[in-house]
Amino acid sequence: MPTTEIPIQKTGFGRTMRRDAWWWQPLVVFLGLTSFIVYSTWAAFQGVHYTSGPYLSPFYSPEIFGSSPHALMGPKPEIWPSWLPFSPALLILWAPAGFRMTCYYYRGAYYKAFWADPPACAVSEPRKKYLGENSLPLILQNIHRYFLYVALIFIVLLGMDAVKGFWFADEETGKGSFGIGIGSLVLVINVVLLGGYTFGCHSFRHLVGGVRDRLSRSSRPRQCVFDCVSCLNRGHMRFAWMSLFWVGFTDVYVRLCSMGIWTDFRIF
Amino acid sequence: MSSATFRIWRGNVEGGKFHDFSTEVSEGMVVLDAVRRIQAEKANDLACRWNCKAGKCGSCSAEVNGMPRLMCMCRMSDLPLDRPITVEPIKAFPIIKDLTTDISWNYVAKKKIRKFKPRAPDHDDGTWNMVQDDVDRVQEFRKCIECFLCQNVCHVLREHDLHDDFIGPRLFVYSAALEMHPLDTEDRLEDLKKAQGIGYCNITKCCTKVCPEDITITDNAIIPLKERVVDRFYDPLAMFLRRFRRKKPDKGVGENTK
Repeated sequence: MPTTEIPIQKTGFGRTMRRDAWWWQPLVVFLGLTSFIVYSTWAAFQGVHYTSGPYLSPFYSPEIFGSSPHALMGPKPEIWPSWLPFSPALLILWAPAGFRMTCYYYRGAYYKAFWADPPACAVSEPRKKYLGENSLPLILQNIHRYFLYVALIFIVLLGMDAVKGFWFADEETGKGSFGIGIGSLVLVINVVLLGGYTFGCHSFRHLVGGVRDRLSRSSRPRQCVFDCVSCLNRGHMRFAWMSLFWVGFTDVYVRLCSMGIWTDFRIF
Repeated sequence: MSSATFRIWRGNVEGGKFHDFSTEVSEGMVVLDAVRRIQAEKANDLACRWNCKAGKCGSCSAEVNGMPRLMCMCRMSDLPLDRPITVEPIKAFPIIKDLTTDISWNYVAKKKIRKFKPRAPDHDDGTWNMVQDDVDRVQEFRKCIECFLCQNVCHVLREHDLHDDFIGPRLFVYSAALEMHPLDTEDRLEDLKKAQGIGYCNITKCCTKVCPEDITITDNAIIPLKERVVDRFYDPLAMFLRRFRRKKPDKGVGENTK
């Protein structure tokens, strides 16, 4: 009877008896999130080429202060310190970034991909000490629902942007008229995917009905909302990735159209 | 009929090592069949816990090729036979001998969870009215067969040995089944936060991944419990609003009025 001298061990970074490519999923998450963070940070600091015709990049929406016609409160305030870089995106991107950072799905994903905590299921970790979300700083993840409240407002604002994306100004008269461009569809898909992600949020599911043990005593509409949110919640991971990709692509589309590299074809 | 090599860990609490065994495998066999054949033909003293061989008793938990599995539900046809198939005991609990571990900690920890405490009966004959939809939600948790694969794969127990501070996914599922029950009136949130350490869970979803009963442990049990803990201890707005909430005599159980 041959024997193999491999004592059973639990510790040692990356130690596992798994035979499958367990590193594949955390690697994809690492590359996907890193790419998005790098691109979105670069795009946020640009401060130009974020509008094209009726389209406004979602990285810059709502444009509170800015130089485009979409700006809600006019140009950059004069009291803004000259040494501090200004971009309309920097005023608002904390909200969607915070929502995704504290999202239950992303937490599990980036704890694995960035902290190796653990690197994958049944794979050993590099650290012995573990505090989890019981103490600072990760205890702050519990504010997720407050980012959700802001994210819900953003969905409304992005929906309004998508509607505006169907109103094209006539070059001669300046009068707006209904039309459909490729960009209009890009903005609609963006808000649909972001809506699917936001409305499938675990905190939202809790707030609309999960908090109750006897949901049958709630109104019928509330029960329907809970069922719909639960349905979206089952696809939360898919919506998280699709919306992340599409919001980045929407910015790329608007940026390249604004720079004249891409042409926004009108369908109608 | 083909031959397969099994690399089975043998030893006790003081240590051990992998032993290679070759045995014949045929269509329809599962890993437990092969281990029992090895037990019968080559290693009569190989310790292995099993009972139903149908994925319902939760006895034959082990790690097959590094992944926590029920040996009786792990088909040989799903495993590559070109390399030895490793079979190890689960790692979150002390080893007794070979593939058997001492899982009694789970039962001790379970006793610390506050028991089911129903509200007063709705009728004179001591019965209650319940709506099927309300019961369906906790019914999923009752599928648990207590194989403890989720406890084994949870890195808080497996890697960090926080057994004194954290009760693990199986017992969160048990808590959720009680806490979300439409008749229950007991309050377990403070225990969940403090003694049972729900904050240690960092939502890796490994427990859901290995559950042989396909219980959505993380999404349907742990995260809803975490949200209830947030309601009680971390959300200032919810804490403020709770002051003005009117409590009903048969209070909406689990509606933060417990």
